[in-house]
Amino acid sequence: TPSLRKNKQQQEEIATKKLRLTKPSKSAALHIDLCKATSPADALQYLLQFARKPVEAESVEGVVRILLEHYYKENDPSVRLKIASLLGLLSKTAGFSPDCIMDDAINILQNEKSHQVLAQLLDTLLAIGTKLPENQAIQMRLVDVACKHLTDTSHGVRNKCLQLLGNLGSLEKSVTKDAEGLAARDVQKIIGDYFSDQDPRVRTAAIKAMLQLHERGLKLHQTIYNQACKLLSDDYEQVRSAAVQLIWVVSQLYPESIVPIPSSNEEIRLVDDAFGKICHMVSDGSWVVRVQAAKLLGSMEQVSSHFLEQTLDKKLMSDLRRKRTAHERAKELYSSGEFSSGRKWGDDAPKEEVDTGAVNLIESGACGAFVHGLEDEMYEVRIAAVEALCMLAQSSPSFAEKCLDFLVDMFNDEIEEVRLQSIHTMRKISNNITLREDQLDTVLAVLEDSSRDIREALHELLCCTNVSTKEGIHLALVELLKNLTKYPTDRDSIWKCLKFLGSRHPTLVLPLVPELLSTHPFFDTAEPDMDDPAYIAVLVLIFNAAKTCPTMPALFSDHTFRHYAYLRDSLSHLVPALRLPGRKLVSSAVSPSIISQEDPSQQFLQQSLERVYSLQHLDPQGAQELLEFTIRDLQRLGELQSELAGVADFSATYLRCQLLLIKALQEKLWNVAAPLYLKQSDLASAAAKQIMEETYKMEFMYSGVENKQVVIIHHMRLQAKALQLIVTARTTRGLDPLFGMCEKFLQEVDFFQRYFIADLPHLQDSFVDKLLDLMPRLMTSKPAEVVKILQTMLRQSAFLHLPLPEQIHKASATIIEPAGESDNPLRFTSGLVVALDVDATLEHVQDPQNTVKVQVLYPDGQAQMIHPKPADFRNPGPGRHRLITQVYLSHTAWTEACQVEVRLLLAYNSSARIPKCPWMEGGEVSPQVETSIEGTIPFSKPVKVYIMPKPARR
Amino acid sequence: MPEIRVTPLGAGQDVGRSCILVSIAGKNVMLDCGMHMGFNDDRRFPDFSYITQNGRLTDFLDCVIISHFHLDHCGALPYFSEMVGYDGPIYMTHPTQAICPILLEDYRKIAVDKKGEANFFTSQMIKDCMKKVVAVHLHQTVQVDDELEIKAYYAGHVLGAAMFQIKVGSESVVYTGDYNMTPDRHLGAAWIDKCRPNLLITESTYATTIRDSKRCRERDFLKKVHETVERGGKVLIPVFALGRAQELCILLETFWERMNLKVPIYFSTGLTEKANHYYKLFIPWTNQKIRKTFVQRNMFEFKHIKAFDRAFADNPGPMVVFATPGMLHAGQSLQIFRKWAGNEKNMVIMPGYCVQGTVGHKILSGQRKLEMEGRQVLEVKMQVEYMSFSAHADAKGIMQLVGQAEPESVLLVHGEAKKMEFLKQKIEQELRVSCYMPANGETVTLPTSPSIPVGISLGLLKREMAQGLLPEAKKPRLLHGTLIMKDSNFRLVSSEQALKELGLAEHQLRFTCRVHLHDTRKEQEMALRVYSHLKSVLKDHCVQHLPDGSVTVESILIQAAAPSEDPGTKVLLVSWTYQDEELGSFLTSLLKKGLPQAPS
Repeated sequence: TPSLRKNKQQQEEIATKKLRLTKPSKSAALHIDLCKATSPADALQYLLQFARKPVEAESVEGVVRILLEHYYKENDPSVRLKIASLLGLLSKTAGFSPDCIMDDAINILQNEKSHQVLAQLLDTLLAIGTKLPENQAIQMRLVDVACKHLTDTSHGVRNKCLQLLGNLGSLEKSVTKDAEGLAARDVQKIIGDYFSDQDPRVRTAAIKAMLQLHERGLKLHQTIYNQACKLLSDDYEQVRSAAVQLIWVVSQLYPESIVPIPSSNEEIRLVDDAFGKICHMVSDGSWVVRVQAAKLLGSMEQVSSHFLEQTLDKKLMSDLRRKRTAHERAKELYSSGEFSSGRKWGDDAPKEEVDTGAVNLIESGACGAFVHGLEDEMYEVRIAAVEALCMLAQSSPSFAEKCLDFLVDMFNDEIEEVRLQSIHTMRKISNNITLREDQLDTVLAVLEDSSRDIREALHELLCCTNVSTKEGIHLALVELLKNLTKYPTDRDSIWKCLKFLGSRHPTLVLPLVPELLSTHPFFDTAEPDMDDPAYIAVLVLIFNAAKTCPTMPALFSDHTFRHYAYLRDSLSHLVPALRLPGRKLVSSAVSPSIISQEDPSQQFLQQSLERVYSLQHLDPQGAQELLEFTIRDLQRLGELQSELAGVADFSATYLRCQLLLIKALQEKLWNVAAPLYLKQSDLASAAAKQIMEETYKMEFMYSGVENKQVVIIHHMRLQAKALQLIVTARTTRGLDPLFGMCEKFLQEVDFFQRYFIADLPHLQDSFVDKLLDLMPRLMTSKPAEVVKILQTMLRQSAFLHLPLPEQIHKASATIIEPAGESDNPLRFTSGLVVALDVDATLEHVQDPQNTVKVQVLYPDGQAQMIHPKPADFRNPGPGRHRLITQVYLSHTAWTEACQVEVRLLLAYNSSARIPKCPWMEGGEVSPQVETSIEGTIPFSKPVKVYIMPKPARR
Repeated sequence: MPEIRVTPLGAGQDVGRSCILVSIAGKNVMLDCGMHMGFNDDRRFPDFSYITQNGRLTDFLDCVIISHFHLDHCGALPYFSEMVGYDGPIYMTHPTQAICPILLEDYRKIAVDKKGEANFFTSQMIKDCMKKVVAVHLHQTVQVDDELEIKAYYAGHVLGAAMFQIKVGSESVVYTGDYNMTPDRHLGAAWIDKCRPNLLITESTYATTIRDSKRCRERDFLKKVHETVERGGKVLIPVFALGRAQELCILLETFWERMNLKVPIYFSTGLTEKANHYYKLFIPWTNQKIRKTFVQRNMFEFKHIKAFDRAFADNPGPMVVFATPGMLHAGQSLQIFRKWAGNEKNMVIMPGYCVQGTVGHKILSGQRKLEMEGRQVLEVKMQVEYMSFSAHADAKGIMQLVGQAEPESVLLVHGEAKKMEFLKQKIEQELRVSCYMPANGETVTLPTSPSIPVGISLGLLKREMAQGLLPEAKKPRLLHGTLIMKDSNFRLVSSEQALKELGLAEHQLRFTCRVHLHDTRKEQEMALRVYSHLKSVLKDHCVQHLPDGSVTVESILIQAAAPSEDPGTKVLLVSWTYQDEELGSFLTSLLKKGLPQAPS
C-alpha cells in the first residue's frame, strides 16, 4: 500500500538523520586522539580503545580516511600494524563497500618495508577481497599483488600471499583477459610451486590455499597428487597433516584414475593408492597426523574391497611362520563346535613357514591400518579410528562383518568415551551384521559395567542386534536379568531392550518359551510373582515375540494370560496387542491395515481446524463456543494419537490465545467509565498476560516451527501487548507512564515490520496490517488517542489462520530422579552444600545445552536457577536428550525437614535471532550478551525432594 | 677419514648382557652394562678387559649410559664401576635411578645369600656406584663435555626406559635399549623425532614376529579371571616384581572398578611394594590415561589390590593373587601353587615365558603330575593358562621406528642371529639403509662425512639471496665469497670484507686477447658488424655499441683495430676481468669462428 511505503520512507529519513549527527564526531574524535598522541605507545593505546567500540557503516569511510592519513605519517611499525589490522576489521563492517579503500591499501603496501606490517596489510586486502566476491577486476588485481610479494623473504608475508591466492585466485583459467591487461594467472601452478618452499609454515599455507581453491569449487589438477605424496614424508607435522587432506581431496576428485606403483609395472586406481598412503599415515610419529589420517579414512568409500579388508589384517607371523589372529582362532573354535573349551598353551602355535622374500614389512599399504589405529596410545586416534570404521562399515556390509571383532574388542578400552563410541558405532551398523555367539558373549559381558551410559548404550545396541541362534537369545536374556539384579535402576531400559529383542526374533524365542515360563507338560507349576521385574522382563520378551508368532500362545499357561491382560494395561508401551484365542483384540487402532489407509484422525484434525475459518462470520458468543469445543477436540485428539499430539497441542494453544483475546474484548467493562473499572480489569490484564506466556510457549517449546508460524505467533503477541496497553491506559491515572508505554509499543510494531517485512503481504486485514496503515497518525498522536485507535482495531482485526508446519513436536521433560517418593529427608549441615543427583529425559528440545535449566524452589519462595554443564547432556537418539547432572543445594538451618521443588525450565531469548555485527566479533564481547535469558518456561512436572539442613554442631 | 666404531661386548647376536662400546668423533661411550641370566661364571658379565688391559677405565670411557632397569641392561654396573674401577659419569633416567638399586640389591641377595657366591659386589658397592649416576629428563640435552651431548627419548617397555641419542658435532648415534611401539595399560609407545642419526642401534628381540592386537589378549585374560572368580575359584598369577606385574594390576584394577566386582585381589609383598611406590611417583612416564586421570586418582593407588599375607592362601572363597617369582621355580608363587593345584575350580595364569626345567615350563607343556622335592607327587587339577604379555617392539614396530628416525645405517643387537638376518635383509631391501649385526667382540666401522659448519656474514647472505630466491631453496646454490680459516673457525665473507680484514689492496686481473679476422672493411663498419652479430647471438646479455666505436658485452670490451701491415685483416681486441672469465672465453671462441656473411 502507498501509505505503507511512505511511512517506510519517513522511517528511513528519521534514521539517517540520527546517524548524520554521530558520523563526524566519531572520526573527528579519533583524529584528535591520534594527533594528541605523543609517542607510538600512546597512539597504540588510543587505537586499542577505539577498536572496542563499534562503528556504523556510514561513518566507516571517514574513519578509514583518518586512519590512512595517520598511517602515512607514522614511523613506528607497531602502530602501522594496528592501523592495518583496523582497516581490515573496518572493511568487514556490514553495509560498507570497501572498494574505495583498496587503492590506498595497495598503495601503502608498495611502500611498506616492515614484513609484519606487510603481512597485516595483505590480510586487510584479503578481507577487502572476500567482501567483494563479485568484482572480477579487483580480485585479479589483488592476485597480482599477492604474486608480486610471493618472493618476499619473510614467511609471514608469503603465508598471507598464498592465503590471498587461495581465497581470491580466479577459478576458471580461461577468464577473458581483463581490460587492464592483467592476464589471468594459473593460480594452481603458482601455489603448487610453493609446496617445496624452505619454510614449513609456507608449505602448510600453500597446501591450505590449494584446499581453499578446492573448497571454492576449482577442480584441482591430478598432477598435484604426486606433489602431495612427496609432502607426506615432510619433517613437519602440520605439513603432513595438510598433505593428508590434500591427498584425500584429490582421491575424491579422480577416484578412477590409474597410477603406477613405483618400482613395478603394475598400476592401481588412484583412490586405492591414496587409501594405502593415508593408511600408512595412521602410524605416523605425530598424533595430530594420525587423528587426521584416521578420520579421513572413514570417508573413502570408493576404495576397493580388498584394500579395505587389508586394513584389518596385520599378516601376523611368529618366528617367520604364518600365524592366525586370535579372532580367526575364535571363529574356528566356534565353527568346529568347541567354543567354551579352555585355551591351551601353544594353540596359537605358528603354522606354515612364511616365504621370507614375500614378507613386506612397511610398504604393505593398507595392511593393518585399523589394527594400529585401534590400539594407538592416544584416545583421540582411537576414537577417530572407530568413527572411520563405522562409516566404512555402513557402506560395505562385508567389511562390517569383518570389523565386528575389532569393535567388540574396543568395548574393553580403558577410556570410557572410546567404549561408548564403539558401542554406538556397533549400533549404527547393526543392520549389516549378525552376531556370532562368542561375539555376543563378549558384548554381553559389558552389561556389568558400572557406568550407566555404557549399559544404556548397550541396551540400545541389543535393541537392534541380529542374533543367530536361540542359545544367543537365551544368553542375552540371562545376562540382562543379571544386569537387572545388579543395577535395578536399569529396569525400564532393560524391558525396552527385551521388547525389541523379542519382536525381532520370534522364531528363536519360540523354542525357549516352555523353559522361560517354566511350564511343564504334566504338572502345574507355581504362579510367579507378578511384581517381580525379572518375570516382567521375561514376559515382555515372550509377548513381543508372540505378536508375529501365532503358535506361541498355545504354550502359555492360564496365569500367563491373566498376566498378559494386566501388563497390557499397565505397561501398554511394552506389551503389544495379541490375537489370543477366545479374546477380542484389545485395541483395533494398532492393526496395521488401518494406519496405511487414509488416516481418519488426520482428517479429523483438518476438519476441526477448517471449522475455525468461519470464526470471522460468527457473533462473539458463537465464536467463543466454537473455539471452546474445537480446543477440547484437539486436546482429546492429542491424547489419543501420540503422533499428532504436537500439531494438536500447537493449534489448540493458538486457538486458546484467540479465545482469551475475544473474551477479554467482550468484557462489559469497556463501556464503563475508567475510574469504576479498576477492580474488574483483572480478567483482561490476566488474559493479556496469559496470551503472552502462551505465545512464548508456542515459539520456543515446539521443534519444527517455521518462519511462517513465527510471524503469526509474534502477531498474536503484539495483539496481547496492545491489549495490555489499553488495559493499563484505562486503569492508571496520569499520562507520564503511558507515554513511555506507547513509545515502546510503537517500537515493537516497528521491529515487527522490519523483521517480518517479507511476510507482511500474508497478513491482509490483520491487526498489524491495519496498524501500519495508521502508523503515521499514531506516531504523532497523543497516548489517549493511540489507545482509542488500538481498541477499535483490536476489535475489527481479522483472525489469522495458523498454517500447520510439516513436523512439529512439543518439547517435554520427565525427571526420573529424584523420584520424589522418599520419606527420608536428605540431611546436611546448613550453610554447606549437598549434591542432589538429577536425571531427566528430554524430548524434542533443540540445543538443550543452552536452553535447559534446573530450578529449585525452596519453601520460603526463594528460587534458584542452575545451569547444567554442556557435558551433562547425552544424546542417546535423534530428538532425545538425557540430562544427568548434580544440583547443589544449600540453605540455612530449618527446624524440621521440608520439601523443595525441583523442575526443569526452558530458557528462551527472542532477541537471539537478531544478527550480530561483525565488528564486535573482533573486539572484546562479553559472553553474557549472547547467553542472556529473556524468560523461562517450566516444562516438566515438579518433583518434591525432602531435605533437612541441620545447624552445624559446635 | 672420520668414522664411528661399534663393538658389542654383550648382546651382539645374543639376548642378555647388553653392553655396547661406541666410538664417535674421538669420544668413547659405553651403552648399558648388563649381566647374562644364562651363566653363573665369568661369562655373566661383559669382558671389560677388552676396553683396557691395565689402565683405568675412566681414562678410556667418556661416559656410560644405562637405558633401563632390567638386570640384563644394568646388572654388571656395580662390578664395573666398583670392582673393575670406573669413576666417570653414568647416565640414566630418574625412574631407572630410583628402581635400579632395588633390583641390584635383590640380585646380590640371591647370588650371595642363596647361592653363597664369594667375590660378588656388596651393598655398599651398589650405593657407591649409584652415587656416580647423573639422572636425565626426557628430551633434555645433557652436555657430557664440551663436545659430547646426549638426549633421552621415551621408549615404553618398562617405567623409565629410554632411548638415547649420542651426538658429537654433527655426528650422532641413537641407541634404543629395549622399546615397545604399542602402548599398554600403564606405559605409552616409544617415540623419536626425525633426528637422522648416522647410526641407529636397535634391539631386535622380535625380529621375525608380527604380533596380534593386544586387545584380544587383554580381553581373554580378563574373561578367564572373571569366569573363574565367578565360579568361586582362586586365580594365581605368577609375575616378576616389576614391569608386567604393574600392567596386569592396572588391567585388573580397572576391570574390577568397571564391573563393580568385590572379590579380593592380593599382591605379594616385598620388592613389589617398594617398586609400586616409585610407579606412583613417576606419573609423567606413564600412558595418556594414567597421566590424565591422576589428578582425580593415582591409578597406582590401588583400591582393590591389597597386600598379601601368607595366611590368606587358605581363606575360603574366590580371590586373585599376584605372586613372585614368575616362573614358579621357588618362593611364594610356588607355595601358593602347591596349595591350590588340587582344585579344578582354580586357575593359574602364566603371563610370560618360562625357562626349561622350571615348574612353570612343566605345567605349560601339559604335565599334570609333578615331582616335588622329597619325592612328593603333586597332581595338578587346576586350569593352566598361558598369556603372553611382551613389551618389545615386533618387526613392524622396529621398521616403524627406523622409519621415524631416518638413520643412515642400522645396527641390530639384542636378538638371535638367525632372526636378525631376516630383519637385516628387510631393512636393506625396504628402507634402503645399510644394516649391520656384529657378534660380540666384533667391531663395525662406519665411515662418516661430518659436515663442517661455516659462519657466513649476513650482508653476504642477503646479497646472494637477493639475486633470485627461488622456491626450491633446498637445492645447492653457487655463492661467491672468501673463506677465512682462523683459530679452527670458518667464516665465509665477501671478498671486499676479506680484503679489508686482511689489510690487502684489491688487484684487478684482466685478460686480453687478439682475434684476427679477414676483412677488408673499415674498422667502424667492422665494429658495427661485430655488434649486430653479438646482439643476435647473445640475447640474454647486454650488448652495447659505444660512441667511440668499441663494443661492450656486460663488462667485456671489444675494440676493432686495423694493423698497418695487412689491410686485409682486422684485429679484434677482447679484454675482460677474471670474474668474467667464462663469458670472455666464450666470446673469443665465438669471434674466432668469424663473423657471418653480411646480408648483401
